[in-house]
Amino acid sequence: MTHTLILGAKSDIAQAIAYQFARHGHSLTLAAREVDLLDPLAKDITIQHQQPVHLREFDGLDFASHGEFYENLPEKPTVVVCVFGYLGDQKQAEGDFAETQRIINSNYTGAVSIINLVAQDLEQRQNGTIIGISSVAGDRGRQSNYIYGSAKAAFSTYLSGLRNRLVKSGVHVITVKPGYVATRMTANMDLPQPITASPQQVATAIYNAYRSKTNILYTLWMWRWILLIIRSIPEGIFKKLNL
Amino acid sequence: MTQQQVIANWGNYPQLSAEVDELGLLPDVQNYLQQQSPLTLRGNGRSYGDASLGKQVFSTLKLNKFLDLNTESGILTCQGGVLLSEILDVILPQGLFLPVTPGTKFITVGGAIASDVHGKNHHKEGSFSRHVLSFDLMLADGTILTCSRQENQELFWLTMGGMGLTGLILSATFLLKKIETAYIRQTCIKARNLAEIMDLFESSTDWTYSVAWIDCLATGEKQGRSLLLLGEHATLEDVSPNQKANPLEIPQKRKLNIPFYFPRFALNGLTVKAFNTLYYNKQWAKESQSLISYDPFFYPLDSIYNWNRIYGKPGFVQYQFVLPKETSKDGLSEILTTISQSGQGSFLAVLKLFGKGEPEAWLSFPMEGYTLALDFKVQPKVFELLEQLDRLVLKYGGRLYLTKDARMKKEALQNYPHLEQFKQSLPPGFTSHLAERLELTINNKQ
Ligand SMILES: Cc1cc2nc3c(=O)[nH]c(=O)nc-3n(C[C@H](O)[C@H](O)[C@H](O)COP(=O)(O)OP(=O)(O)OC[C@H]3O[C@@H](n4cnc5c(N)ncnc54)[C@H](O)[C@@H]3O)c2cc1C
Ligand SMILES: NC(=O)c1ccc[n+]([C@@H]2O[C@H](COP(=O)([O-])OP(=O)(O)OC[C@H]3O[C@@H](n4cnc5c(N)ncnc54)[C@H](OP(=O)(O)O)[C@@H]3O)[C@@H](O)[C@H]2O)c1
Repeated sequence: MTHTLILGAKSDIAQAIAYQFARHGHSLTLAAREVDLLDPLAKDITIQHQQPVHLREFDGLDFASHGEFYENLPEKPTVVVCVFGYLGDQKQAEGDFAETQRIINSNYTGAVSIINLVAQDLEQRQNGTIIGISSVAGDRGRQSNYIYGSAKAAFSTYLSGLRNRLVKSGVHVITVKPGYVATRMTANMDLPQPITASPQQVATAIYNAYRSKTNILYTLWMWRWILLIIRSIPEGIFKKLNL
Repeated sequence: MTQQQVIANWGNYPQLSAEVDELGLLPDVQNYLQQQSPLTLRGNGRSYGDASLGKQVFSTLKLNKFLDLNTESGILTCQGGVLLSEILDVILPQGLFLPVTPGTKFITVGGAIASDVHGKNHHKEGSFSRHVLSFDLMLADGTILTCSRQENQELFWLTMGGMGLTGLILSATFLLKKIETAYIRQTCIKARNLAEIMDLFESSTDWTYSVAWIDCLATGEKQGRSLLLLGEHATLEDVSPNQKANPLEIPQKRKLNIPFYFPRFALNGLTVKAFNTLYYNKQWAKESQSLISYDPFFYPLDSIYNWNRIYGKPGFVQYQFVLPKETSKDGLSEILTTISQSGQGSFLAVLKLFGKGEPEAWLSFPMEGYTLALDFKVQPKVFELLEQLDRLVLKYGGRLYLTKDARMKKEALQNYPHLEQFKQSLPPGFTSHLAERLELTINNKQ
C-alpha cells in the first residue's frame, strides 16, 4: 500500500485529492492546522474506501516544527502533496510588509522548509513522488496579485530545480499550476465558468499526472495556452494592461 | 460558497430565487447559522414542492461524511447530507440494507428524518423515525444538542417529521437491517377493482413490502383496478447458483436521461401503455412470481434520471393523502371518481396501506389507513380541483403529506391533531416557503 502525505489538507483541493488517492488504494496522513476538523473526513474515507487515515497537526509557517513533524509521522510517505497556500490581500500587502511576508512564507518559504526534509528522505530511499501546488499566477507578474504570484513563481522554480536534482534518485517531482478553481480561496470572486475547474477535476488530473509522471501540469488544460499567450506579450505592452 | 440562484424541488413548482450556501466544516456551519436567520434547510431537493425553498438557504450536501459503521450491530452514524444511495453503496456489500426507504434513493438522511419518510414496509416496520436511535441537532445559535428518546426528547420528536423547522440535523445514528442477498422475491397480483385491491392489501400484511399501482382513470366496475406488488428480501436459498456466488453484488445500473422538457402528450401515453401491457398481458396469470434486484423493486423511477422533466417546464404537483382505514373505501371511491371526471390526474397512482403512525411525532404524515399519491401537471384549473380534493380528504378524516405539497391552505392541516402544540414548541431561527404559507412558524417570527 502506498502511503500519501497531504500538507494543508483542509483545503478544498486537498480534500478532493485525499478521496482520489484513497479511491486508488493509498493510505493517508492528512496534515493541517486545526486538523481535528478533518475528523469526519478521515472517518468517511476509512468507511467508504477502507483506507487508514492519520491526522497530524501541521503549520506551514512554523518552520521550526517541521523537522519534528516529519520525524514523528506515523508512516513515511512515498507520495507527498504540498497543497497549502495563501492568496492574501494584494492591496494590503503593498503597504504592509507583515502581510507580504505572510504571503511569501505561506506559499514559498514554508513549502521549501518542509519539502527540503521530504526530499532528503525520498532521495535516500530512492523512491517517491513530490507534488507541489503552485499556480498560473506565478507565470507572469500582474498588478492584481504579484506578491502571491512571485511567491508561487519562486515555488515553481524551486520545484523545477528539485526535479532536476532528484531524477537520478528515482524521485519524481510534479509542478501543478491550476488556473481558476472554485474553492474557499476564490469563494468571493466572480470566476468565468468555462475556465474554472472544480476541486474534483484538479484532483483527478493530479492523480493521472502522478501515474504518468507528468512534469508540469496545468488544470484545466486550456490554461497552458492562455499562459503561453500571456507570457508572449512584450513587456512594453504588458505593463500598460490592466490585469 | 454563496450563490444567488433560482431553485425548485422535484416538481419544478414553485421556482424561487434564493441565496444558497453550502459549507462542510463544523465551525463554518456554526458561524453561518449564527449569522443567517431565518434560514431554510435543504437536502437534495427531492421533496416535491416548497418544503426546502426559502430566500436564504443552507444546503447540507457538503455534510456528507460517514462517521461510524458497525457491521455487527448494524448501526450506522453519518452526517445529515449523506444520500441514501451513498449509504447503499457502502452497506449493501456488507449484507446490510436501509430500514426504511422511499421510492427514490436520492434523498439525504436529514430529509428522511425531517419528512419522517415511509416506504413499502410501513405497515410492518413503521416510518424512518422508528429506526433512528439519536441525532445531533444544531440550533440557530450554533448550539449542538444530541437528541434521542432519552435525551432532549421533546426536540427529538419535534424534529421527526418537523420539516426542517427545529434545527439542522448534523448527523444521525440509526439501525440497518441484515440481508442475505441483494435480490427481492416479488409477487405481482392483479386486482379488478377497489374492493379487491383493499382485500388483497389486508390479507397480505405478513409481507414485508407491499404497494400497488392503481389506474386512476378506470371507472364504474373497474374503478380501482390495480397491480399489487409484494416483496421479501430473497434469502440465499431463493437465488440461483449463479447469483449465490455473489449474492450482494450491486447490479450494474444504466441510466436513461431525459435531457429536455418533455411534451405533455407523451406522458400519459407512455404510462398507459406500460400499465396495460402488464395488466392485459396474456402470459401474466392473475398472480406471478419473480426474483428481481433491489434497485428496480424499490426505485423503479430512479433509472430514468430526470423523469420529472416529463411534465414540461411549468412543472407538476404531487398530491398524497392518507385516509383512516374505516373511511378509506368510501373516501377513495369518491376521490377517484372526482379525479377521473376532472380528466386532470396522472393515469397512474400509488396506493398503499399504512400501519400505525408515530403519535409523538406531531407532523409525521402516516396513520393507519390507505394512502394514495399521484401527479398533476401544473395548469390553471388544477388548483381548484386540488382544493376540491382537500375538502374530500378532510371530510373523510384524512390528511396531506407536507413534503409533497406546494399549494394547500393552512385549513387543510386540521387533521394533524397536535398542530398547535407543534407550532408553540418550535425553537426560533428556521423557516421555509412552505412553513410561511402554512403559518407553521408564526410563533417564532423575529
Ligand atoms: C421519486 C420520488 C419518490 C418518493 N417516494 C417517497 C416515498 O415513497 N415515501 C416518502 O415518505 N417520501 C417519498 N418521497 C419524498 C422524499 O423522500 C422526501 O421529500 C424527502 O424528505 C426528501 O429529502 P431531501 O434530502 O431531498 O430533502 P429536501 O427535499 O431538500 O428537504 C425536505 C425537508 O427536509 C428538511 N431537511 C433536509 N435536510 C435537513 C437537515 N439536515 N436537517 C433538518 N432538516 C432538513 C428540509 O428543510 C425540508 O423540510 C419521494 C420523492 C421522490 C422525488
Ligand atoms: N483556488 C484557485 O483558484 C487556485 C488557483 C491556483 C492555485 N491555487 C492553490 O491551490 C492550493 C489550495 O488552495 P484552495 O484553492 O484549495 O484554497 P483553500 O481551500 O483556501 O486552501 C488553502 C489551504 O491552505 C491552508 N494553509 C494556509 N496557510 C497554511 C499554513 N501556514 N499551514 C497550514 N495550512 C495552511 C489553509 O488552511 P486554514 O484553513 O488553516 O487556513 C487552507 O486549507 C493553494 O496553494 C492555492 O494557492 C488555488
